[in-house]
Amino acid sequence: MPHSPAILPERGLADRLTATFWRHPRLLLAVLLTPPLLWLGVVYLGSLAALLLQSFFSIDEFSGVVKQEFTLKTYAELFRAQNLDIILRTLLMAALVTVASAIIAFPIAYYAARFARGRWKAVFYLGVMLPLWSSYLVKVYAWKLILAREGIVTWVADHIGAGPLMARALEEQWFGGSSLSTSPVGTFIVFVYIWMPYMILPMQAALERVPGSMLEASADLGASRAQTFRTVIFPLALPGIVAGSIFTFSLTLGDYIVPQIIGNSARFIGLAVYQFQGTAGNLPLAAAFAVVPIVIMLIYLAIAKRMGAFDAL
Amino acid sequence: MPSERASTGLKIAAGLGLAFLHLPIVLIFLYAFTTEEKSYAFPPPGLTLQWFGVAWNRADIWPPLWLSVQVAGLATLIAMILGTLVAAAMAQSRFFGRDQISLLILLPIALPGVITGMALRSAFSVMDIPFSVWTIILGHATFCIVIVYNNAVARFRRLHGGILEASADLGANGLQTFRHVLLPNLGSALLAGGMLAFALSFDEVIVTTFTAGQQTTLPIWMLSELVRPRQRPVTNVVAIVVFAVTFLPILAAYYLTRDGDHTAGAGK
Repeated sequence: MPHSPAILPERGLADRLTATFWRHPRLLLAVLLTPPLLWLGVVYLGSLAALLLQSFFSIDEFSGVVKQEFTLKTYAELFRAQNLDIILRTLLMAALVTVASAIIAFPIAYYAARFARGRWKAVFYLGVMLPLWSSYLVKVYAWKLILAREGIVTWVADHIGAGPLMARALEEQWFGGSSLSTSPVGTFIVFVYIWMPYMILPMQAALERVPGSMLEASADLGASRAQTFRTVIFPLALPGIVAGSIFTFSLTLGDYIVPQIIGNSARFIGLAVYQFQGTAGNLPLAAAFAVVPIVIMLIYLAIAKRMGAFDAL
Repeated sequence: MPSERASTGLKIAAGLGLAFLHLPIVLIFLYAFTTEEKSYAFPPPGLTLQWFGVAWNRADIWPPLWLSVQVAGLATLIAMILGTLVAAAMAQSRFFGRDQISLLILLPIALPGVITGMALRSAFSVMDIPFSVWTIILGHATFCIVIVYNNAVARFRRLHGGILEASADLGANGLQTFRHVLLPNLGSALLAGGMLAFALSFDEVIVTTFTAGQQTTLPIWMLSELVRPRQRPVTNVVAIVVFAVTFLPILAAYYLTRDGDHTAGAGK
């Protein structure tokens, strides 16, 4: 029997490449990484650079043409009273939405993390995942139906005898408008509905990591349920809550569809960006406005990192 | 403490929270059958199936639907290739700049869509690129990469490196190992990632409004109907279709990856 060689002969290009990559693993790494990094580097980072560049241009007030010269004039415009108003209103809304989301999300995350087992675990998971992933526009649209003057909220209010109360509340200027779907409260409710699911999962993950032994120790030392919650569970879950708040805060900060469809046409940062680049044709100011949420988020992320939120992601 | 029972208050709060998440979606289905055309009256005065037929015959719905399918399909394809490549690189070795790369992949979806949209819009303006189907796809592919990546990298992590070495020991070259060993193992994770990416792109509206110019995708059609309603029940029917196109892939992706340590969708 003729003996065969221990090393197989090369069978063509594929074999040769395999051998080359085996000898030079860094080469394989480079081949794998080049296309995606090229894409993200050029398309995404390139665009962000263009955004920054654009924000240092200005618009000629008479001709409406973008002047491609370096200036800080456009940023100075952000500090005009009406623009500062937009920024503060957006910040306040994002903060309120984040707090409300945390309050509604916590019981869901807490139950899912500590009490749901087996089948119920799956129910909770899908119960959060499906609304989170289902169509954004459809969700906003659903609320337009619900909050409309002739919609289900008014119907329920009339049937439980709260109709007059709601009519009174809508007359308050900070609260209402001609109906809930044109009121600031409507905008707030829909923001909470859309972005709250993003908070549940990081919260749940953090709660799941709270060791059972610590809870037992706390009980052994005579703490009541409330004390255990306040001094053990909550501090340990806080990084998860902060991690979740990154999403609710950031996503509310940039949203411009919700206030456009549900609300009293008060402007938010996202809406200002959209209107300045569109109908107003003022690309530099739109770009400068878009830089605001980036800066706010960088500050927010720095604080979140200090609170250990990144380990909870 | 597994023996401890949840308090009634907690059960009620959690149940109400979940109901808050689901009831609005149920209402959309109810409204698609209403006989009331001019308002959002509740309860609907009567129920009818006619709007499905009306929507089917509306000529202005089909081109946006087709455009959305094309955009989502191509964006998903690009994202699947790029996302799998990064996942393969990240799984096989540790190298300098690894954390920065994972941040770079995550950024397009972590920052609000209005920033991604406005950034692309600025770039097209600075470079004088006219809006087209391709400018939409460019944006969509960028934020879909992370979805495919998340699914693929989780599967790579579970995959034992030994089977790749075994394949090489048995004389397979890289191409054969990829085709006969790697692909069958990655398959369902890639499929799940691809479906989620498709769902995300099919439904995307925020970035699209900045990159579409005169093109109308289905979400943009819907947005214009929301701002200026014409035939409300038809919009309800389209809403159900959009809902189904995004809902079914999510459910399928969940079942494809639920045995893993990481389930599809957790990374949106």
